[in-house]
Amino acid sequence: MSLELPFEKPLAELRKKIDELKKFGAERQIDFTDEIGRLELRYQELEQEIYGNLTAAQIMHLARHHARPTTLDYIPHVFTDFIELHGDRVFADDLAIVGGLAKLNGVPVTVVGHQRGKDTKDNIQRFFGSPHPEGFRKALRFMQQANKFGRPIITFIDTKGAYPGDTAEERGQSEAIARNLHAMSTFGVPIICVVIGEGGSGGALALGVGNRVLMLENAIYSVISPNGAASILWKDASKADQAAETMKITAKDLLEFGVIEEVIPEPYGGAHRDLPVQAEAIKEALWRHMRELSALSPEQLMEDRYAKFRKVGVFAEEAAPLPVTE
Amino acid sequence: MFKDLFQKKKYAVVPSERVSAERPKREIPEGLMNKCPKCGTIQFSKELEKNQKVCSSCGHHFRLSAHERIAMTIDEGTFSEIDADLVSQDPLNFPGYAGKLEQQKASSGLKDAIVTGEGEIGGFRVVIGVMSFDFFTGSMGSVVGEKVTRAIERAAEKQLPLLLFSTSGGARMQESILSLMQMAKTSAALARFQDQGGLFISVFTDPTLGGVSASFASLGDYNLAEPGAIVGFAGRIVIEQTIRQKLPDNFQTAEFNLKHGQLDKVVHRKDMKSFLTKLLDMHSAKGDPADVS
Repeated sequence: MSLELPFEKPLAELRKKIDELKKFGAERQIDFTDEIGRLELRYQELEQEIYGNLTAAQIMHLARHHARPTTLDYIPHVFTDFIELHGDRVFADDLAIVGGLAKLNGVPVTVVGHQRGKDTKDNIQRFFGSPHPEGFRKALRFMQQANKFGRPIITFIDTKGAYPGDTAEERGQSEAIARNLHAMSTFGVPIICVVIGEGGSGGALALGVGNRVLMLENAIYSVISPNGAASILWKDASKADQAAETMKITAKDLLEFGVIEEVIPEPYGGAHRDLPVQAEAIKEALWRHMRELSALSPEQLMEDRYAKFRKVGVFAEEAAPLPVTE
Repeated sequence: MFKDLFQKKKYAVVPSERVSAERPKREIPEGLMNKCPKCGTIQFSKELEKNQKVCSSCGHHFRLSAHERIAMTIDEGTFSEIDADLVSQDPLNFPGYAGKLEQQKASSGLKDAIVTGEGEIGGFRVVIGVMSFDFFTGSMGSVVGEKVTRAIERAAEKQLPLLLFSTSGGARMQESILSLMQMAKTSAALARFQDQGGLFISVFTDPTLGGVSASFASLGDYNLAEPGAIVGFAGRIVIEQTIRQKLPDNFQTAEFNLKHGQLDKVVHRKDMKSFLTKLLDMHSAKGDPADVS
């Protein structure tokens, strides 16, 4: 599969031209240095033009890119000594959630995240990164363990949403998500969340109640997928691009709303263009926030997290009428 | 001729003013009669109201507005509303949202999808919140989240039991991420309240789905539901499209959820108030066996 998204075509074409010219020059021993230099300059301009002005829809396509790194791609770059753990101790080991113990710059942490598949077979096993209740309960078990042993919790958010299936409902999908929100708000250890791809609704938030919520530059986070919104708004799921613009789903938007604390920059073209560089940027941000939070007591950490979520919301209080009694 | 015997006589049609004037009378005047959406039985609205809006034939529980529910649950003359002046804004400049809010206010007579307040149930003082499906399908945006949170904080501060009746299509899309965050906000407030020993009784009414179901509504110390109420995370249609199967009729009903261990009890509307009173009584005093003679 090609890496280019439709809006990246002009860049790909220019790169091809440059490569051809280089090859031609080498074969015929002609010096094209000037021409190549000019084209490279043009390439840089074009890159700036395209990636510097991405629309919300283009960002959504980058967030959903098939080659975009997943939780398990980042873990070996960001952490050392990863020990993967399994199961919710009640029903199953949901592979849409991965997690375990690891060290961040030598400090033990608990890491847990959504896991999309790398190919069709893997995706079927992992339900395309959409957890069942047992997945949320698996994550909760890891986080409770971290809380008990005083380890910071790091979560990677990357899901279209909780799995909408009959068995998920039977086993209490709602309760599982609600329980995570409830429990995460009470932990006395630092919790840092990073939205690495798509943050879809309650299934994303179930790993998202952190002291700090960070987002990669081309990640998205929303209450309903733009496709879902389009089908409700315009009875047409294919108008997702239009819905993406309306719904304010980009990292920049969420930073403005005060819902996230930081946008982690991505290389031009997206995280998949340079995994080690992207992982290093994530690691740097995680470490910085972890150091800041480590100065707080368990009570202060709880208070800090509570205050962060308590203040979210935009509403008005009209002049109060006389109290209504029924 | 013989043939003529079998021929229908043709009469001229005379337009009659009487008939056409009478015709509309045969239709049921607005509001006088009600048809049960489940069994089709037609009953007088007054009868239905006397029966707490439960179908006398099949027991179907009609949806209630917030004020109807409060009148049915809270002791007469004890309810006082709180935070009645909170109204939604349009932080995303979402197309059509501001207009729809106005239209919903006019059609429902409410300012948003929840009414909160304080009152007594069987003499027990409680903080209560009642959602209304007739305002924006009971969707949770910033106002619902804030009012629920303030109700929780009030219950914590006054050390009163908290009772929430939920009904919701889910989070309010028009406030996007802000709506989603209300799930975390309300759940965090509940965690504080419950960790202090606060009592939270959650009652699911038809329907409670999505963001409301996946946050405060599922976190009751006791989770109750009305018979037949649809309770779940994802909507039926979305699930059917995902698993490519038709779901059984009883899918996501209160009884289905009870069977799968998701509820403590399904309580009929006519028993709701007495059941709540009993439950509140269980928590009203710390019994010491030594005091019992």
